Amino acid sequence: MAFAPSSTPGDTATATVDVHLPDTARDLVKILVAGPFGVGKTTLIGSVSEIRPLHTEEPISEASAPLDDLAGVRDKATTTVAVDFGRISLPGGVVLYLFGTPGQERFRALWDDIAYGALGALVLVDSRRIDASFDVLGLVEESGLPYAVAFNAFPDAPRHHTEAQLRAALDLEAGTPMVTCDARDADSSVDALLALVQHLIDRQTPENRGPVTG
Amino acid sequence: MTGRRGGRPLVPAYLSTGGVARPSRPQLERLSVLRSTGAPAPTGLPAAQLALLDALDDGSLTVVEAAALLRLPVSAVRVLAGELIDRDLAASRAPIPTADRFDPDLLKRVADGLRALKHPR
Ligand SMILES: Nc1nc2c(ncn2[C@@H]2O[C@H](COP(=O)(O)OP(=O)(O)OP(=O)(O)O)[C@@H](O)[C@H]2O)c(=O)[nH]1
Ligand SMILES: [Mg+2]
Repeated sequence: MAFAPSSTPGDTATATVDVHLPDTARDLVKILVAGPFGVGKTTLIGSVSEIRPLHTEEPISEASAPLDDLAGVRDKATTTVAVDFGRISLPGGVVLYLFGTPGQERFRALWDDIAYGALGALVLVDSRRIDASFDVLGLVEESGLPYAVAFNAFPDAPRHHTEAQLRAALDLEAGTPMVTCDARDADSSVDALLALVQHLIDRQTPENRGPVTG
Repeated sequence: MTGRRGGRPLVPAYLSTGGVARPSRPQLERLSVLRSTGAPAPTGLPAAQLALLDALDDGSLTVVEAAALLRLPVSAVRVLAGELIDRDLAASRAPIPTADRFDPDLLKRVADGLRALKHPR
């Protein structure tokens, strides 16, 4: 087995975590955990991940800067967004990666890159601000990724919405799974992921082509 | 500021990657698996390539995990990995082996695995 990599000076975040793949890892699959700022993406990934969630800093300059927007180019060229991810090793050599994916329209190029090859997306919705999730739902639908919606249960969330009202507000396609979850709770988060995976299984037809690859 | 036509980035990507802005293996995905071939690193290997190779000393890493470890954007690791692969210092494989690509049981294995997390025996 591999040991933790020797840390570079000042590198405390990864010094004690071995992120190297177990020898048994065979099928590496990913699910996007998508949603607006502060909806609970990092929390959900952290509650089910076997490694402490890691992140990459991704530049978002080239994709988002309009070609003729000279005044804004310098700032935009240095803009990065943190994309966090977690990992769950499952029996049978399957390793499931969860990518916390920011759902704003301006991250579209990054979104497309992360979504490539994904099984599907779990879209987190904060029922106190449903409209904050419209962008991400648009991105998911355009990318053709199958998805499920998970309402993150914040204590002060309004309780008077019926499921039908929520579905209508989000303009969900019939058949799209909708669950509530507490992203801080591992079992609850796993249930939300299971709702998505079961949906993916249900969609499978004999002529199914396997994971989306483009 | 002078105008820049064509939206070229102010800091060209090749400055941080030793002169090659495009990976020679364009198929590297975030979850492509990188491993060292064990061949000795030649002297004079650029520091960034050496850092990636060192990270692979301890075992396989996905592209995105290597990026997190090295604190580089995924795009930079794609370039570095492509260069190591061209030098036969590293090798890569797809996230899902070809034989499993159309396996209808893959999703079922994911679901079973998730259920086992919830109800460990
Ligand atoms: N009550 C409650 N609080 C939650 C839940 N999920 C997340 N939170 C809290 O909401 C805050 C934001 O959660 P994050 O996981 O950081 O949200 P995020 O989607 O990663 O946010 P960004 O990375 O900024 O886009 C944190 O303080 C969490 O503790 C939940 O299910 N219930
Ligand atoms: Mg976050």
